[in-house]
Amino acid sequence: MNLSLLGRSHALAWIKSHCLKIPLFSEAVSAGFPSPAQDYIEKTLDLNELCIKRPAATFFVRVEGDSMVQAGIYAGDILVVDRSVTAEHRDTVIVAIHGEMTVKELELRPKVRLVPRNPDYPVIEIPEGTALDIFGVVTNVIRNIRHKT
Amino acid sequence: MTPIFALVDCNNFYASCEKLFRPDLAHTPVVVLSNNDGCVVARSKEAKALGIKMGIPIFKIKQQIQQHGIQVFSSNYSLYADMSDRVMRTLEDMAPRVEIYSIDEAFLDLTGIQSAVSLIDFGRQVKHTIDRWIGITVCVGIGPTKTLAKLANHAAKKYTATQGVVDLTDRKRQRKLLALTPVQDIWGVGRRLSARLQAMGIHTALDLADTSAKSIRQHFSVVLERTQRELNGEPCIQLEQIPPTKKQIICSRSFGARVTSRIQMGQALCEHVTRAAEKLRKEQQQAKLLTVFIRTSPYQNNTPQYSNALSAQLSRPSDDTRDLIQLSMSLLDQLWRDRYHYAKAGVVLSDFYDIGTYQAELFDQPSTHTNSRQLMNVVDTINHSGRGKVFFARQGVKKGWAMKREHLSPAYTTRWNGLIQVN
Repeated sequence: MNLSLLGRSHALAWIKSHCLKIPLFSEAVSAGFPSPAQDYIEKTLDLNELCIKRPAATFFVRVEGDSMVQAGIYAGDILVVDRSVTAEHRDTVIVAIHGEMTVKELELRPKVRLVPRNPDYPVIEIPEGTALDIFGVVTNVIRNIRHKT
Repeated sequence: MTPIFALVDCNNFYASCEKLFRPDLAHTPVVVLSNNDGCVVARSKEAKALGIKMGIPIFKIKQQIQQHGIQVFSSNYSLYADMSDRVMRTLEDMAPRVEIYSIDEAFLDLTGIQSAVSLIDFGRQVKHTIDRWIGITVCVGIGPTKTLAKLANHAAKKYTATQGVVDLTDRKRQRKLLALTPVQDIWGVGRRLSARLQAMGIHTALDLADTSAKSIRQHFSVVLERTQRELNGEPCIQLEQIPPTKKQIICSRSFGARVTSRIQMGQALCEHVTRAAEKLRKEQQQAKLLTVFIRTSPYQNNTPQYSNALSAQLSRPSDDTRDLIQLSMSLLDQLWRDRYHYAKAGVVLSDFYDIGTYQAELFDQPSTHTNSRQLMNVVDTINHSGRGKVFFARQGVKKGWAMKREHLSPAYTTRWNGLIQVN
């Protein structure tokens, strides 16, 4: 398509000299009833709020190996670990054992044991009187199910 | 209401941070080194027990490291800063008012809490919570003044029977501890000052407390008089919740390898200027005076030595990195001497003005940069986003002089690829 200049109009100058300034309201103005949702607008959802109760006490760790697959914890997953939570019977915990960090299920009854959730791994019995060095309690699992690592 | 202060101090902070993520090192002596892996700046309790001294250059303890299997770490400041932040946030949740005194120390204002809980119980609760939640051991000292709180903390660290918490609000206990404390261990009394005090027969903290305030002021200063009053339980130093505006900003670093070329030196200085300017903008200040210094290593006696510094004023206060780089480069041109092996360089910004308060003079050059604020804002935003960095071409790309950190641990808490692995 071609355009050619035909001449100049004086319209613009006229508008400029005679214009009325009308403020523009950029918000949508609803005619009739106001939006029924107006009073219910809230903040957007934040995953941190869902997964992390105490930021100062929360650490992330990455899973290696398959000792917890039956608990839905796979290699490459990121675990949310809260140190402020007191570990209870059947909690999934991060424990330092033999100088290594490991994720296991904690059993307190009838005896203290660390239970892997994979039959290929042995249960770790904690003899009475031994201090168990619990790093923290796992509260959430984060996994990207599309791009498996 | 009588004021009550507490000082919370993390034990062997850097070494404790390193150990938390390495259970295999639970009973191993650990030391953390200064920038460029030069000297020992933190020791675990096992390393202290071996007699490793604070500040000792690493090369002097090579043999002990081998013999005792001491684990050595470079300073991992991103880790320490994050762990410190966790400690401080937890303290802020527990106490009504908190002054962050350093990376591993905070003063708490506990005035009035005795009506609800005993001070010693509160101190134990703080200690227990920080230990449990963050994995860092702290000591708590409580007293009617900051100086006595600091002294109580000292005692909590020194005497294991205290289990890390000392309440020094009782007058009799104060005097007992003061009598046991050498005068140089008091907060604010340096080595030079303590030599002069000892010459006057003031050897213990109690001696100082019992000297009249008037004679302290006459012989020394109002600062030491304040300390004397504080030792007697009279609060003179307030809690500073808002840190005072900085009077100067220094950015300097020893080089990882000696610098001999003018171009490399220029790049290193530009890097320092850039960081200093960033800090300046964070403080919302503008600087008018800039100092550049360069020097060789005083520890290498066999090579020729050179050390020099030069200051210059900007035509008007600025926080624009470009102004500061330009001035620093012209200063470097005057400072630079060929054929030396430079070990350190730095910049100092001073003579600060709040943005927009500077009264321009008649013949001042108008600012050459338009939209300076917006540009610097964009630069800072990008660099803080964590997604990438923009920098000034003068800083160079290949940084042969960059800091040496050969024993750096992963950023366990601040990078996704630094997380600890669990089996």
